[in-house]
Amino acid sequence: MHAGDSGSEFVKRGAERPTFGKRGFAPWTDRTAQPLLRIQALRKRFGGFTAVDQLSLDVYQGEFFALLGPSGCGKTTLLRMIAGFERPDSGRILLDGVDLAPVPPHRRPVNMMFQNYALFPHLNVEANIAFGLKQEGMPKARIAERVADMLALVKLEGLGRRKPHELSGGQRQRVALARSLAKRPRVLLLDEPMAALDKKLRGETQFELMELQRQLGLTFIIVTHDQSEAMTVADRIAVMDRGRLMQVAPPKDIYERPNSCWVADFIGEVNLFEGRVGADADSVEGTAFGRLRVGRKIDVEPQGRVWVAVRPEKMRITPAAPERQASVENCATATVVDIGYLGDLSIYRLRTEAGVEIRAAIANTGRSADQAIGWDDRVWLSFAPEAAIVLTR
Amino acid sequence: MRKFSPLNLAAIILGVGFLYLPIAILVIYSFNASRLVAVWGGWSIQWYAELAADAPLLDSAFISLRVALISATAATLLGTLAALALVRFGRFRGKLLFAAMIYAPLVMPEVITGLSMLLLFVAVAIDRGFWTVIIAHTTMAMCFVAVIVQSRLIDFDMSLEEAAMDLGASPARTFLAVTLPLILPAIVAAWMLAFALSLDDLVIASFTTGPGATTLPIRIYSEVRLGVKPEMNAVCSIMVGVVGIAVIAASLLTKVGGARGTPAQA
Repeated sequence: MHAGDSGSEFVKRGAERPTFGKRGFAPWTDRTAQPLLRIQALRKRFGGFTAVDQLSLDVYQGEFFALLGPSGCGKTTLLRMIAGFERPDSGRILLDGVDLAPVPPHRRPVNMMFQNYALFPHLNVEANIAFGLKQEGMPKARIAERVADMLALVKLEGLGRRKPHELSGGQRQRVALARSLAKRPRVLLLDEPMAALDKKLRGETQFELMELQRQLGLTFIIVTHDQSEAMTVADRIAVMDRGRLMQVAPPKDIYERPNSCWVADFIGEVNLFEGRVGADADSVEGTAFGRLRVGRKIDVEPQGRVWVAVRPEKMRITPAAPERQASVENCATATVVDIGYLGDLSIYRLRTEAGVEIRAAIANTGRSADQAIGWDDRVWLSFAPEAAIVLTR
Repeated sequence: MRKFSPLNLAAIILGVGFLYLPIAILVIYSFNASRLVAVWGGWSIQWYAELAADAPLLDSAFISLRVALISATAATLLGTLAALALVRFGRFRGKLLFAAMIYAPLVMPEVITGLSMLLLFVAVAIDRGFWTVIIAHTTMAMCFVAVIVQSRLIDFDMSLEEAAMDLGASPARTFLAVTLPLILPAIVAAWMLAFALSLDDLVIASFTTGPGATTLPIRIYSEVRLGVKPEMNAVCSIMVGVVGIAVIAASLLTKVGGARGTPAQA
């Protein structure tokens, strides 16, 4: 927890903080920063099933925050509790320091973009976008102005008179986004906003969404099960499993410095080797890959049980024994079992002498001529000590 | 489209003929110039003209119309509320029983409904007449309304209501601005069906009516017992027309509502 209660001088409660791009934006490292949304020991059960379990989380003004996890991990339930559609069993949700518990959904300064968009089929695009503004009693002229702004923002000028069923899936998604942004919510909640789009459109929309968030300086919380989506758009990712937070960190840290085998395995592909800490504190012994040297000192007493994780793209495959390797550490011979060609890279499935299956990903930078390694070849596998991630759980 | 085989064609002619031949004959004979019911004497609209002068019959028609309007409206209100309760309250104690009780009157013989209403009115000592017929018709028709509105509500996408609330609409505003417009076709269709049911009901009305509240079907039935008058053919033709229009409009509205809701949910 951050020391938020000390009266910070430059971060006033609720004040807009300018976000000059995303470079250097890391309020979670600033001990004086006040979180915009503070979730404390939140808990929700459905019958005998615990959807959200003692979950605590801080989200900061201007942050693009992703909730990532397998389906059924409680991420959507958490989002719906913030929106007010589900009532927590215990715990608190504070927005700008105000407890949201007694506030009904229609009075919360947060808006949600629904997975199925939930556009009102009997209203046209303009009326859909204007719906929220009408509820707060904004004068007609200003509503028209804001609706035009929103249509321009999501590049749907000229489609305002259409009914939702006259739009394509991508256009409907934009209307839903415009409608949820029209009221300038303190926090925008996005529930799998791109799940219904095809892959190419999804990629474009991700970047547009980031651009939009930066332009408006709003706080976004996105729920997704697509890790590449979360990695692309988010400042920080919260990885969830069975109602609990496994790790909360920027995408790079989640990938490069996972805090557990579960996170390492969930995010991307990984090769895991179990072993015991060696006497010199920067090696792991007794793994299926032999003795492994790691890039830094391990903070566990010798003989303690640890796991070494190596990403497939950090693995090197060479036809002969690697020369630069100082010793025989971090390398082994293996047989190629399978090759998957993905275009930009190839995925190799290999089996070591000891029978352990290893995955390696090699970027196809050259032409296929120099891909001399084929099925059933005996090759050398190796990785740099710096590529190894040591995990204690 | 498959082509009609001779067998299919025969089946359709037989089926439709069986259903509509009596009605067609009734309508044709309402234009009969002859006073004798079974003898064709050429085309005429004189019986329609004579209807206009038949004060008791016009009175009855007016009573039936008022009964149908009021009872259809009341039944639509109550039936819609019942449907909302069944679909929206989630699981509550006795929900299955409640649902079954909504459906049961649909298959209950009208004689039983009529008799039980009669017993109730006698037991609580209400003078039978105009309002008791309305109460009885409301009871009968609200089950049909509940079933029609319920089927529409089950298809209703709950996230639409959540979206409305999320955008700042209170629960009441949400119902008026989002839920009601979307289920309105079903409600109107249900109202029309209730109207038609009330207009042509004889059994329940004859159990529950009293002096001064003779509905049109009762009047027709009692007059026909004394011998079929050609005016009756004309009255019945008009009723067939009114009920037919109501039922067709109801089914069209249900269809339109269904078609409008579908693409938006895709």
